[in-house]
Amino acid sequence: MNQQGVRWTADQVLALAPDAASRKAGSKLGAAGPWSEAGNSSEGVVWGLCKGSGSKPYQTVVDTTGPAYKCSCPSRKFPCKHALGLLLLWAGPDGADGTVPQAQPPEWAEQWLTDRRKRAAKQEESTPGAGRGGDAEAARRRAERRAERATAGTTDLEQRLTDLLRGGLAGAERAGYGPWEETARRMVDAQVPGLASRVQELGALPGSGAGWPVRMLEECALLHLLDQAWLRRDELPGPLAATVRTRLGLPTSADGPPVRDQWLVLAQYDSAEAKLTTRRIWLYGAESGRTALVLSFGAAGRAPELALPVGLALDAELSPYPGAGQLRAALGERFAAPVPTPLRPAGTGIADATAAYGIALRDDPWLDSWPVTLGDVVPVQEEHGDGWQLADAAGELALPLSDRAVSRPGLWKLVAVSGGAPVTVFGECGHGGFTPLTAWPTEPGAEAISLN
Amino acid sequence: MNATPTDHTRPAHTTTASATASATASTAPTSTSGSGPDPGPGPGPGPGPGPGPDLSPGREPSPAPDARPGGGPGSPGCHGTPWEELVTSALLGTDRRRPPVDVPPGKDLPAALLDAAAVETVRRRAGLRPAPAAAPPERAAADPRPPLPAAARRRLALLLADRPGTGGGRRGTAPDLTELLPQWLAVANDHGYAAPAELLPALLDAARGRTDLRPQTLHFAGPRALWLARLNPDWKFALRTSPGGNALPDTRDIDAVQRLWGEGLFAERVALLAAVRADDPEAARELLGGSWSTERAEDRLMFLDSLRAGLSDGDEPFLERALSDRSRNVRATAAELLSALPSSALATRMADRASSCVAMDQTRTGITVEAPHACDAAMERDGVVPQAPPGRGQRAWWLGQLVEATPLATWPARLGGRSAEEITALPVQDEWRPELHTAWCRAAVRQRDAGWARALLGVPSAPEAGGPGAVSLAERAKLLAVLPAAERADWVAGFIDAHGLSEAFQLLGVCTLPWSGTLGRAVVDALNIARDAGSYPWSFSGVMGLAERCLDPAETSRLESLTALSDEPEDGAPGAVGYWAEAFQRLVGTLRLRAAMVAEMHAPTGSATPTAPGAALCRPCDPGSAPPPEGPGTTSGPASADARI
Repeated sequence: MNQQGVRWTADQVLALAPDAASRKAGSKLGAAGPWSEAGNSSEGVVWGLCKGSGSKPYQTVVDTTGPAYKCSCPSRKFPCKHALGLLLLWAGPDGADGTVPQAQPPEWAEQWLTDRRKRAAKQEESTPGAGRGGDAEAARRRAERRAERATAGTTDLEQRLTDLLRGGLAGAERAGYGPWEETARRMVDAQVPGLASRVQELGALPGSGAGWPVRMLEECALLHLLDQAWLRRDELPGPLAATVRTRLGLPTSADGPPVRDQWLVLAQYDSAEAKLTTRRIWLYGAESGRTALVLSFGAAGRAPELALPVGLALDAELSPYPGAGQLRAALGERFAAPVPTPLRPAGTGIADATAAYGIALRDDPWLDSWPVTLGDVVPVQEEHGDGWQLADAAGELALPLSDRAVSRPGLWKLVAVSGGAPVTVFGECGHGGFTPLTAWPTEPGAEAISLN
Repeated sequence: MNATPTDHTRPAHTTTASATASATASTAPTSTSGSGPDPGPGPGPGPGPGPGPDLSPGREPSPAPDARPGGGPGSPGCHGTPWEELVTSALLGTDRRRPPVDVPPGKDLPAALLDAAAVETVRRRAGLRPAPAAAPPERAAADPRPPLPAAARRRLALLLADRPGTGGGRRGTAPDLTELLPQWLAVANDHGYAAPAELLPALLDAARGRTDLRPQTLHFAGPRALWLARLNPDWKFALRTSPGGNALPDTRDIDAVQRLWGEGLFAERVALLAAVRADDPEAARELLGGSWSTERAEDRLMFLDSLRAGLSDGDEPFLERALSDRSRNVRATAAELLSALPSSALATRMADRASSCVAMDQTRTGITVEAPHACDAAMERDGVVPQAPPGRGQRAWWLGQLVEATPLATWPARLGGRSAEEITALPVQDEWRPELHTAWCRAAVRQRDAGWARALLGVPSAPEAGGPGAVSLAERAKLLAVLPAAERADWVAGFIDAHGLSEAFQLLGVCTLPWSGTLGRAVVDALNIARDAGSYPWSFSGVMGLAERCLDPAETSRLESLTALSDEPEDGAPGAVGYWAEAFQRLVGTLRLRAAMVAEMHAPTGSATPTAPGAALCRPCDPGSAPPPEGPGTTSGPASADARI
């Protein structure tokens, strides 16, 4: 087993090649040219994107502690030339500081690693024996180091926030993105990607139109709350501490007890960021009544692997991730292919929807929204402006639709499906309004309509 | 109370329920309600001293007061609330404006502000309350048509998703889905299916981009699409183009008709006129006559043009009056309409004038022409344009207009009782033949005279039919449209057999869908010959595209052999064989898809009326009023109502 942080020599790398042709091909790729977004972590993981003949670069990850390889190329060689090239790049003279810098693994790499470690952990459980104590010790040390970095990062961020408030948000508007980008980079270095992305969003707030100081103060205050929560995590109840870890972006694994159920696929939608496409799939357990969120990731421009058609039901096991107020779960064993189902989630009223979000905030104050199924609501155009809302059938209470929902074509699908009549709508209810994701017309047997 | 960190300020509450709250303020909502961890925030008894704001995304802090009862002092907008104070202080900086917070020892002012703001933020979010509902919309009218079978519904979604410009580049072997949408809509409309509600936005978007699709699309989309179009300015066109945008009054309800006629939008008035005319032509003429003198010239022109449908001798007096209209275009249109009524006074006057110009020569073996020497005021009133376009002889120009407006039945009587075939075969003196024949062609088209059209078209295999003869391709296409569909297809098939595909595109465009067996085989054989000749398929891309849309899917099996790679001919263009194979694969693929499209419409839905497969695509198209949707060089008349708006 390789020791952490020690780079290999080129010979060590080439010794892994399955044959002479791979060795040659790998050597050609062992230069900075085709590689981008390469990096390595202190846990001995190396990753990078390699430009091939196609339009999309291959994603290559190597866990040097295994060693184990994963590459999105179609090659059957193992390791493939990309993995070899990446390792050569990392082992090379510029690897240390320039081409493969130390960083936080991107989600697509992290995902593979978590899965792998989970499998490894399972195996270890089944074969208790020698070396386990050493591994646990190493893991503890790794976790400690990571925590130290996170503490440094949050302290750094606290300083930045207090400076900001001392000088006033008005000054931040003039300063623009720059300082926030810089802070976000520091958060990446501190391996707290959750903070990094929140900080990045802060940078865009001053340009977000009327009322921005309110949103800015809210987000700064919630960041501050997160920093403080991390710094005093020992005083928090266990589940809340786990939530804080998740919010910071520290690795967690879905180690909750698996729940087998008929999971109705409520919604599926993608959000594309610069380097990553995240797919969110909302599931509803017919028997358990639980709502769960399954995430799947794809490199930029590539569809995430997991796809579950809205309206079908899936007999499967879900393992929840830890943390209070966290709905995320990992899809475990699937016992049958998704099948059509007459099943629908039970709809609640408008007032219950806002209440549900409020209650969820008790467990996780950083929640922006909460999944809710509204029964018997009508999409209604607001009297002034372009706004829309979902009003209850009695015409008394309403949830305004979020800006995101109003700007999407799905709005018109929803309006068309309703035709002015009540429908059942699943969506995310939060402080920014309600974002409808799926609608069911009232007629019996009507299919779920995805509002993407 | 346990382990409250000393430096964590909680301005409003000095007691906390749990360690959670003490460290993170995460239980702010419950602790502010002051009643333990269980009762959630929300409506009803608000979450404590200050209920949260109404849900109004992106509009905070809105000055609108809380409209709901119970909107207490915590509502945003009232200056001086703790939250407002915090925002002001944050905006200006704690150095300039001290926030109203207690600063515990060891903590600085900004951190204390953030502590307070975090509590407030979570409290405000947790206490969000629903907004009052706006006035609900009227419900969309019910669509009584049966729903689409599931497979057809998925197909439509696919066709609508394939927008032009999404693919780009070479087409390869994949069918061009956008081009199939008109056919799909035609079949669905024949079956009388209702459109699935969730696809209405995509249908309206498709119709928005393609004017030619609008009538079929809006018919299929039905009442709910019009309901939807009222809510989205992007789809206003649907209300303008569709007569059903606002329900027309009962044509017998004279008051309602008069009111709409007096106050309606132009499109509504055109629709109203058509509806009244269908029931009672005399009433429609009265309606039009009543306001005629006050209409704008372009509106008069459009109203007059709308009389084309259902034109009858009863319209003559009205049209005769329009011959004295102030607008030249109105006069010309009135004259044109009158000349299409063979028994009209104008037609008789024109026949007299034309007869004096055209006669048998002295030997009774040919035609002699004496073109008019002047265009008098009476001729001008009857629609003759006095000024010839540049490059044309003045007298020939006048002659052409006279002959064109003369009932064709005039000629056998005038020219010794000869039939149309005999007359068109006669020699014409002094090279007047092209002028005379062109005028007869226009007359045959205008009067929809199949006998004359047949005579003027001649035999398709005649040598001059392929070359620049007396009758141009465009005119032939128009003449063909006068013939019955089967005869039309046979003529074009004969033409292709004799002259190949290079001139056939325009003629194929007027053939009905799907092509007859004879015509289809002629086209496929001609394509095969072109391939063997070694040219590239894109020289025939127009015909290929037509074939994809118009060949009878029943021909698919005959085409299979063509999709294979054949040997490269020695003198052929390099690589052409591969491209041809690809083009034929696309053709076969498209035909299969069309067959599937039709078959899917018959999938069981219970209420669907069974129709023989294939028959649904055999829609005769009337090229005069409704050209086939993908018809090239369609013979559209003057601008239709929607083109104007």
